[in-house]
Amino acid sequence: MSTLLIAEHNNQSLSESTIKSATAAVQMGGDVHVLVAGAGCAAVADEAAKMAGVSKVLLADDAQYEKQLAEPIADLVVSLAGDYATIATPASTNGKNFMPRIAALLDCSQISDITAVIDANTFERPIYAGNAIQTVRTSEAKKAITVRATAFAAVEMSGSAAVEAISATANSGLSEFIGEELTKSDRPELTSAKIVVSGGRGMQSGDNFPMLEKIADKLGAAVGASRAAVDAGFVPNDYQVGQTGKVVAPDLYIAVGISGAIQHLAGMKDSKVIVAINKDEEAPIFQVADYGLVADLFNAVPELEEELGKIGL
Amino acid sequence: MKILVPVKRVVDYNVKIRVKADQTGVDLANVKMSMNPFCEIAVEEAVRLQEAGTATEIIVVSVGPTQAQETIRTALAMGADRGILVQTDEQIEPLGLAKILKGVIEEEKPDMVILGKQAIDGDNNQTGQMLAALLGWSQGTFASEIALDGDKLTVTREIDGGLQTIKLAMPAIVTADLRLNEPRYASLPNIMKAKKKPIDEKTIADYSADAAPRLEIVKVTEPAAREAGIKVETVNELVDKLKNVAGVI
Ligand SMILES: Cc1cc2nc3c(=O)[nH]c(=O)nc-3n(C[C@H](O)[C@H](O)[C@H](O)COP(=O)(O)OP(=O)(O)OC[C@H]3O[C@@H](n4cnc5c(N)ncnc54)[C@H](O)[C@@H]3O)c2cc1C
Ligand SMILES: Cc1cc2nc3c(=O)[nH]c(=O)nc-3n(C[C@H](O)[C@H](O)[C@H](O)COP(=O)(O)OP(=O)(O)OC[C@H]3O[C@@H](n4cnc5c(N)ncnc54)[C@H](O)[C@@H]3O)c2cc1C
Repeated sequence: MSTLLIAEHNNQSLSESTIKSATAAVQMGGDVHVLVAGAGCAAVADEAAKMAGVSKVLLADDAQYEKQLAEPIADLVVSLAGDYATIATPASTNGKNFMPRIAALLDCSQISDITAVIDANTFERPIYAGNAIQTVRTSEAKKAITVRATAFAAVEMSGSAAVEAISATANSGLSEFIGEELTKSDRPELTSAKIVVSGGRGMQSGDNFPMLEKIADKLGAAVGASRAAVDAGFVPNDYQVGQTGKVVAPDLYIAVGISGAIQHLAGMKDSKVIVAINKDEEAPIFQVADYGLVADLFNAVPELEEELGKIGL
Repeated sequence: MKILVPVKRVVDYNVKIRVKADQTGVDLANVKMSMNPFCEIAVEEAVRLQEAGTATEIIVVSVGPTQAQETIRTALAMGADRGILVQTDEQIEPLGLAKILKGVIEEEKPDMVILGKQAIDGDNNQTGQMLAALLGWSQGTFASEIALDGDKLTVTREIDGGLQTIKLAMPAIVTADLRLNEPRYASLPNIMKAKKKPIDEKTIADYSADAAPRLEIVKVTEPAAREAGIKVETVNELVDKLKNVAGVI
């Protein structure tokens, strides 16, 4: 009854969501092993070995794993899966991409996006954009799980598991990495930031986002957006918060010029404190906001920057 | 090139769903149903490939109740050529669904399958990837752009950090993300034409797929409600609350 947790990383460091997913893996009971598959990623394995509750780290260091493409990762995991009852990974775009492939190759079900571990075989997960919570039980010998990391706390980095190098499996050559365009930012990563400031269609243009960035920089926050703002080209796709974008649950979420469609709420309504700034007092976002300010954002946001300055931020 | 597009009939994205009091699921009685938005994007992409002369035939398939015929008709009105309804009143899990679709593909032999990246009811985001695994095909998930390049398919994918471009061996599975295209509305003449397009009726047994459920739904409940908030009058008051009451800044 052991679990293999597939680490998410950029070949240099382990993602925060992996460290949170480890909590879910530990809650399932039994041994927890971590697979670090990448290229030149030994430092990640050393970091993974520190996660409390992990008893072994498997390191597959090979060029074909550099970008964690689904086909080679699935073949590797299937070759290791014999020993494990559960294969788990964070529900990031990476995990969502390779995990169902692994599940189908193992002929087992996948339970997506779990938000709570009830016992080793029973889990909670949101459906219908978080408007209902399903409790699902499996009785299969194996299962694949993706973890909604924002629903779990990080494990302590106090462990010292052994790292074991493993060899790569043959490359099927079905897919090939060509390139990537990654958004560069010195701000914290959206899904792990303590504070998120998001803008919607009400921002009117990408040229107005620096207004939010100034607030974000004062607060050490990440910047997010609604789908409408992304579709309109104000900001890149990876800013999107919602049912089909990123799920965030920061201590503070500030929604500016966002109406609060259910698809957007699905991505942020588990935030501890929600602030909404919107000129329409009927906007549905106010129904989930702890603090609502009915105002024109083009007045309120500069004023917010000034007020934050006054308290020394 | 032949393209297969699996489409799902789901609760319309505008509907605010209600959990049943007996916790067995979501109340779907008299609720507006539509094609899953991501499936619409998948159909649109196939139609555009046909308009560009790349695709020669588009087949849509839905696994579901008799009413899923309407969903297939919607896809036919957008431009697909013919439909297959695999009739079932059971809830099919993604793995079972992938096994049924594999059977359809072995019969129809398409060169590419375009699915939605996720269905907005189950939110599983599994079917396309599972299908790729069962067929031993390559997969390009969360696609925001696709281009056929000789015998390879170039796919730009929406990933957490931004965009990624990969090249896939054909045949391939593609799953559509939001920004792949903007689906068209079917014109009235095309809706009329679609009524004459053929829809084959099949059953799961026709594909000898094992689609029996494996998971048990223990219960379905309402998410925890948020406590009602307050309106603040000024930015100054907002900052004061955040600092001194909520303690988050
Ligand atoms: C399949 C599907 C998936 C989707 N997934 C997502 C998702 O993941 N994330 C997501 O966000 N959406 C998603 N959507 C879209 C969602 O339904 C909404 O269309 C979108 O969230 C609206 O964005 P918005 O609130 O920025 O825009 P709008 O709804 O247009 O709201 C703009 C708001 O700004 C306010 N405003 C305008 N000017 C000002 C001003 N000067 N000062 C103050 N306030 C102002 C207005 O009062 C209004 O409330 C999805 C939709 C579908 C169909
Ligand atoms: C644990 C569990 C509980 C469930 N509970 C319910 C419930 O309460 N109510 C309910 O209505 N259903 C329920 N289902 C069924 C579920 O909603 C889906 O029909 C099924 O699991 C497929 O997952 P998905 O639609 O989320 O697939 P995804 O993998 O998210 O769908 C991706 C794509 O697959 C294709 N696709 C999906 N379904 C079909 C289909 N039927 N025909 C053709 N193509 C398709 C589409 O292209 C779609 O865009 C449940 C399933 C599971 C596993």
